[in-house]
Amino acid sequence: MNEKMMLKRKIDALDFAIHEMVLFLDTHPHDQKAIGMLREYRRRRREMIAKYETQFGPYVKTVDDVHPKDCWNWIDSPWPWEREV
Amino acid sequence: MWQYEKKLQYPVNIKNPNPKLAKIIISQYGGPDGELGASMRYLTQRYGMPYNEVKGILTDVGTEELAHMEMVCAMVYQLTRNLTPEQIKASGFDTYFVDHTASVYPIAASALPWRAEYIQSKGDIIADLHEDLAAEQKARVTYDNLIRLIDDPDVLDPLKFLRQREIVHYQRFGEALRLTTDRLNSKNFYACNPNFDKNCGK
Repeated sequence: MNEKMMLKRKIDALDFAIHEMVLFLDTHPHDQKAIGMLREYRRRRREMIAKYETQFGPYVKTVDDVHPKDCWNWIDSPWPWEREV
Repeated sequence: MWQYEKKLQYPVNIKNPNPKLAKIIISQYGGPDGELGASMRYLTQRYGMPYNEVKGILTDVGTEELAHMEMVCAMVYQLTRNLTPEQIKASGFDTYFVDHTASVYPIAASALPWRAEYIQSKGDIIADLHEDLAAEQKARVTYDNLIRLIDDPDVLDPLKFLRQREIVHYQRFGEALRLTTDRLNSKNFYACNPNFDKNCGK
């Protein structure tokens, strides 16, 4: 796995951790430890995306991340169900 | 509303196409305990819910189920790439191929198309949350059964992730039920339905 893929995997792992905290907080809305962990994961995610973008260019996950110059590159492959490699 | 994220919740990278496996895995898309039913069940039940914690967990778990649906479809898609007519006949995939070619369509492993009868939205928080708890267990058993029948590690890896998620969702729904019964037990002397009886417990 190359470095670009490794960074992507790390961001995906943080997305997952953030989602887990969201579900937990839905049923424990006053849990201070969980709120602290959510904040920490979000901080690390921002940091990781900044690192990705300085090395590999824009990190595109939603249409809002696309800033087209000459063409609309949101539609570029790979789409999620297509195999990586 | 929803915004699409151009990624899978967990990676699916299957090297070897295998239409036989696609035929059974598709049940977790359009089968009785599949991800299509799961997402529709939770997102549909939200509207009558009296408690914010329950509205929240149904919204966020229902949204995650849409992501699981996409993972299951990705597995079916990758397992049915570049098939020859010989492979289609030999694997028994011909009965699916004749109606859908190699496209993804929501059916059970037994070939029954997805039906709204797989889900319920009863308008009673206790009835609905018990349905949700049962649904998570039934989906977990289906993943257990698939894992027993499959030995390709590329296929097992995402299936094991999906199985784990059923357990976490069961846990969260259990907490939602506990929050609900705590509130009902404190004031609900007449066993009324807080979804429908506006002054229930007041």
